[in-house]
Amino acid sequence: MPAATMGRVTSTAPAVEVVDLVKRYPKRGSNAVDGVSFAVRRGEVFGLLGPNGAGKTTTVGVLTTRVRATSGRAVVAGADVAADPPAARARLAVVPQRPNLDQSLTARQNLLFHAAYHGVGKGERVRRADDLLERFGLGERADSKVDEVSGGQAQRLMIARALMHDPQVLFLDEPSTGLDPQARLFVWERVRDLRERGTTVLLTTHDMDEAQELCDRVGIVDHGRLLDLDTPAALVARHSDGGTVEVVVTPPEGVDDVAGAVRQALERVDGVRGTDEMPAERPAARVRATVAGDPAALLAPVAEAVASTGAVVTDVRLGRPDLEDVFISLTGRELR
Amino acid sequence: MSSTTSDGLRADEGGAQRRPDGDGARRSVGHLAPALAILRRDLFVTWRELPAFLAQVLLQPVFLLFVFGQVLGSLGFLQEGYAALLFPGIVALTAFLTALQNTALPLVIDFSFSKEIEDRLLAPTPTTAVALEKIVFSSLRALVASAAMFPLGVWILGDIPWRTEALGWVVLFVVLGSLTGAAAGLPLGTLVPPSKINIVFALVLTPLLFTGASQYPWASLDVLRWFQVVTAFNPLTYVSEGLRGSLLPSTPHIPAWVCALALVGFLALFTATGLKGFLRRALD
Ligand SMILES: Nc1ncnc2c1ncn2[C@@H]1O[C@H](COP(=O)(O)OP(=O)(O)OP(=O)(O)O)[C@@H](O)[C@H]1O
Ligand SMILES: [Mg+2]
Repeated sequence: MPAATMGRVTSTAPAVEVVDLVKRYPKRGSNAVDGVSFAVRRGEVFGLLGPNGAGKTTTVGVLTTRVRATSGRAVVAGADVAADPPAARARLAVVPQRPNLDQSLTARQNLLFHAAYHGVGKGERVRRADDLLERFGLGERADSKVDEVSGGQAQRLMIARALMHDPQVLFLDEPSTGLDPQARLFVWERVRDLRERGTTVLLTTHDMDEAQELCDRVGIVDHGRLLDLDTPAALVARHSDGGTVEVVVTPPEGVDDVAGAVRQALERVDGVRGTDEMPAERPAARVRATVAGDPAALLAPVAEAVASTGAVVTDVRLGRPDLEDVFISLTGRELR
Repeated sequence: MSSTTSDGLRADEGGAQRRPDGDGARRSVGHLAPALAILRRDLFVTWRELPAFLAQVLLQPVFLLFVFGQVLGSLGFLQEGYAALLFPGIVALTAFLTALQNTALPLVIDFSFSKEIEDRLLAPTPTTAVALEKIVFSSLRALVASAAMFPLGVWILGDIPWRTEALGWVVLFVVLGSLTGAAAGLPLGTLVPPSKINIVFALVLTPLLFTGASQYPWASLDVLRWFQVVTAFNPLTYVSEGLRGSLLPSTPHIPAWVCALALVGFLALFTATGLKGFLRRALD
C-alpha cells in the first residue's frame, strides 16, 4: 500500500502489520516465531494469547526493534522496524514483561527523561508527567527512587512512562502479571481509555479473562505459530461445542438415588449430550449436563425434566464456554 | 519527528530484503537530539553524585602519585626528578583507565541485571548512537578526573612539570587517551559474558596499569627489550609517552605524532569491535 506508508499512517492502513515473521535464536533447534502473519487495525486492542514460551515476547521484541527477525516483514505505524528502527521507535512504546526502570532516577525523572529522549519539549513533558503521575495514582511516589516503589507501582509507572511520548501503538507484554485485583482492573481501565483516544494497543497475556475482557481481537499462539485469530466471541463459537447446565436438587421423600434419577431424566432432554454427577452435600445432589449450543436455551426443558422425577431444584448454574476452553482445545494441556 | 515523510518512504522501500543491521547510516539532526538527551541524563546523574564519583576515580592515581612520587622520594629511594617523570604518566593512566572502567562496568550491569539501558535503546535514534554516547560520556568523566590531577599533583608533589606552550598537545593526548580508554571499555563490557567480568577485569586492569609506561619512560626499557615490546601493545603507553614528551621534552620519548597516530588507530579498532559487540547485546 504505497500511499498509506507516506508519513503518518492514514486511517485505513493497519497500525501493525506482520507478514511471514520468523525468528530463530542462534543455537536453537526450533523457531521461536515460526511464520506468523497478522494485522492490527488502528485503534484496536489486540491480544496475543499463548502459553509460556509460545513466542509472544519474541514477537513483541521484533515489533519494538529489539529483536532482529530471521525473515519476514514487520511494520509499525507505517515504519518498517528493520529498515528504519528510529522511525518505528518514535511511534511506538513498550511496557516490557520485566521491570527496566532507571534505578538512578525518581519516578518523575523516569518520565521526564523518557520524554526528553523522544524530543518532547520541556514544558510539555512536565505537564504530561504531572498528569500521568496523577492519573496512575503515583502522585505520592513521584519523588521516590524507583527501587522504593512496589512491584505494582513500578508496573503502573512503566505504563505511564510509555505514554509520555504519546505513541501511536502501545505494546504491553503481560501487563497485569503480578498485579493485585485492583491494580489489574485499573490497568484494564487505562487500556480502555487508550482505545477511546484511538491509540492502538497490542498486548500479550496468558490470562483468559484479560483477553476476553479487553481485546477486540485475539490471536492464539503456540510454538511460534498463530493458531487462530478472531474476536473472543467468534473464537469461542468456533472452537467449543456448547456449554453446561448444572443443577442442585433436593430429593423427594423416600428416594435414595436422586442423582441417578435426575441424570436419566436429563439425558432424555433434546440437546443434552451427557451428564455427570458432581460432589454435593447429602441429601442434595449435583448433576452437570453437557449441552450443545447455548445452555440458556435448555433451561426450561431441564427444569421440566428434573420436576418429572419429583426432585426440587435449589440451584442452577449455566456454564458458557469461554476462551479458556478454546485455549485448551487449541494448545492442549501439556505443561511448557 | 521532523523527518516523518522520509521515514515513511524509507519504510516503504524496506520491502522483502533489508540490511542485516537494522540501524542504517542515515543520520539527521533528528537522530542527534535523543542521543544528547541521553547524555544529559548521564551528566545529571553524575553531577548529583560528584563527590563520590571523584573519590572513586581519583583515589588510585592519588595514592600512586603519593607513594611513588612523594613517600619513596622522601625516604631517599628515588633518583632526582623521578616525580616529574611519573606525573604525566599518572595523568595518562587516570584518563585512560577511568574512561575504560566507566564504559565497561555500567554496560555489564545494564545489559545483564538492571536492564535500564532498554529505555534508551528505544529512543528514536540508531542503536550505534546509544553506544557512541557511552564513549562520549565516559570520556567526559575521564577528562574531569584527569584535569583534577593537575591541582592534586601540585598539592602532593609541590611542583609538577608544566609548559604552557605545550598546552595544545597536553589537551590532545588527554582527550585521545580518554576516548581510546572509553572505546576500549565497549568491547570489554559487551563481549565478555557477565559471569566472567570479574575475572576478566582483574586479568586486564592490572597488566594495563603496569605496562602503560606511566611509571617509566618507554625509551628507558631498552635494557629490558621483551618488556619494551610488550608495552608497545598497550594503548596507555602512547598516552603516557605523548604527555611526558609534551611536558618534559628533554626526556627521551616516542614522537608525539607517532603517539597520536597509534591512539587514533586503537580508537578506531576499539570503536569498531565495540560497536559490533554493543549491537550484538542490544539486539537479539
Ligand atoms: N534471547 C533468547 N535466546 C534464545 N532463546 C530465546 C531467547 N528469548 C526467548 N527464547 C526462546 O524462544 C521461545 C519463545 O520465547 P518467548 O519469550 O517469546 O515466549 P513467551 O510467549 O513470551 O513466553 P512467556 O509467556 O513465558 O513470557 C522460547 O522457547 C524461549 O526459550
Ligand atoms: Mg513473554
